[in-house]
Amino acid sequence: MLRYLFADELHKFPALAEGMFRDRADQFKTRLGWDVDVNEKGEERDQYDDLNPLYVIWEEEDGSHGGSMRVLPTTGPIMVNEVFGHLTGGKPIRSPVIWEVTRFCLSRTASPHTAGAIMLSGGEIMEGFGLTHIAGVFDARMIRIYRLIGSSPLVLGSEGTGRDQISVGLWPYSAEDCNRVAERAGIPRELSRLWFKTAFGTGRQHRFALSA
Amino acid sequence: MGTKLDMGQILEDLESTSTLDELSAVAVRLRDRLQVEHLIYHWVDGANNQYGYTTYPDAWAERYQEKSYHRIDPVILGCFQRFHPVDWKTLDWSGKVAKGFLQDALSHGVGNQGYSIPIRGPNGQFALFTVNHSCDDETWKRFIDTHGRELILIAHYFNRKALEFESNRRPDATRSLSPREVDAMTLLALGYSRAQVAHSLTISEHTLRVYIESARSKLGAQNTTHAIATALSRGLIVV
Repeated sequence: MLRYLFADELHKFPALAEGMFRDRADQFKTRLGWDVDVNEKGEERDQYDDLNPLYVIWEEEDGSHGGSMRVLPTTGPIMVNEVFGHLTGGKPIRSPVIWEVTRFCLSRTASPHTAGAIMLSGGEIMEGFGLTHIAGVFDARMIRIYRLIGSSPLVLGSEGTGRDQISVGLWPYSAEDCNRVAERAGIPRELSRLWFKTAFGTGRQHRFALSA
Repeated sequence: MGTKLDMGQILEDLESTSTLDELSAVAVRLRDRLQVEHLIYHWVDGANNQYGYTTYPDAWAERYQEKSYHRIDPVILGCFQRFHPVDWKTLDWSGKVAKGFLQDALSHGVGNQGYSIPIRGPNGQFALFTVNHSCDDETWKRFIDTHGRELILIAHYFNRKALEFESNRRPDATRSLSPREVDAMTLLALGYSRAQVAHSLTISEHTLRVYIESARSKLGAQNTTHAIATALSRGLIVV
C-alpha cells in the first residue's frame, strides 16, 4: 500500500523509514554512483530531509520498503532550484501549485508495479491538492521507467551523458495520465484515493463540526 | 457563500497595497467577498518574529493570547511543519484539552468550520492562511470544492505581499547561519578551494554548494565573494 508520511511521522514506522534511507543509499550511492552522503548507519540523507518533507512510500506485503519519493513545495527551499538551478535556465521554479519530487527510489526487491504505484501517488497529490505540475530531478534510467509507467515528464534541462545524465522535468496534471498509470500499475483508482484520503482527508475524520 | 469570486479584482487589490493597514483592509474585503465569517493570516519569519491579522472578535484574540492557546490549538499543531491545505475536520480534536479549547473558541464566536493553508516561504518563513465559518459539513464541502484552488493562490499572493513589506521593513535583518554554513564560509574566507573545503568538512562538493548557496541567500549576497565579505563584516564568521 501507499503511505503518505511527513518526516515527523516516520518514527511511527521505524522499519519502513530505515528501509527507505538504506535503499536510497543503495540506489544513489552504490548503484548510480551519485555524489551523495551516506552516514554511519548506511542511510542516505541530505539537508532537504531536515525540512520535514512529505514521503510517499510503497509498503510491501511484509511491511518492508518497496520504493519511495520525497515531496516539497517549490515556494520553500528545494533541490531543483538550489542544486540544479542552472538546468532550468536560471529561472527558479516557484509556485504554490507546483511541488517538487526528488529521491525517487526503488528497492532491489521491489515488486513489479512499485514504480507505477509511486507515480500514481504523484497524480493523487496533484488532484487532491489542486496542483498543476510536479517538478522532479531524475537520472537517465528513469526516463525509460517513466515511459513504461505511462507518464513521461517534459524535460527542462539535463547535464552529463549516458548513465550519468541527470535531468530536471515537469509533469503536468492530467486525469488521463492518472488513470493510465493506475491501470498499468494494477491499482484501482478507488483504492489509491482511499490511501490518499486515509492520510489527508476525511478518512481519518475526527467529527467536530456541529451540523448547524 | 462566495459563489462568484473575481480573482482578478482580488489580486489587483493585493497588488496595490503598500502598507500593513491596507493589507488588513484587503483581508476584510476578501472575507466579505468570500462571504465567510472570518479570515486569519499569521506569519512567522526565519528569525521567529510573528505577525498576524484576524477578523476574530478582539475578546477571542485576547483570550487566545492570555491562555497561550497556540501551544494546544490543533490547527497550529496540525499545520505547522506541513504544506498541504488542511480542513479542520481532519485534525485531531479528540483530546480533552482540544475539546475544551474548541468549546471556548465556539463560545467566543469562532465558526465551527475551518480551512487552513500552510505556506513555506524562503529562509524558513512560515505562514498560515485560514478561512473560518459557521455552517453544516455539506455546505462547507461545497465551498471548499468550489474555492479550494483559489484560496491556495490567494494565500500565496497574500504571503508574497507580506514578505515584500517585511523586506522593506527590516532591510538589514541579520540572519544567523547554521553551523555547517559557518564552517563552509569560514574555510572559504581562509582561502581554501571548494574541493579542499568539501574534503575538510567530509561532505561532497554537491552538498557544499548547497550550504554556500543557502548562506549566500540568507545574507542577500550577489555571489560567494560578496557573501563571505558580508558574513565577515557582520561578525557571523571570524577568521
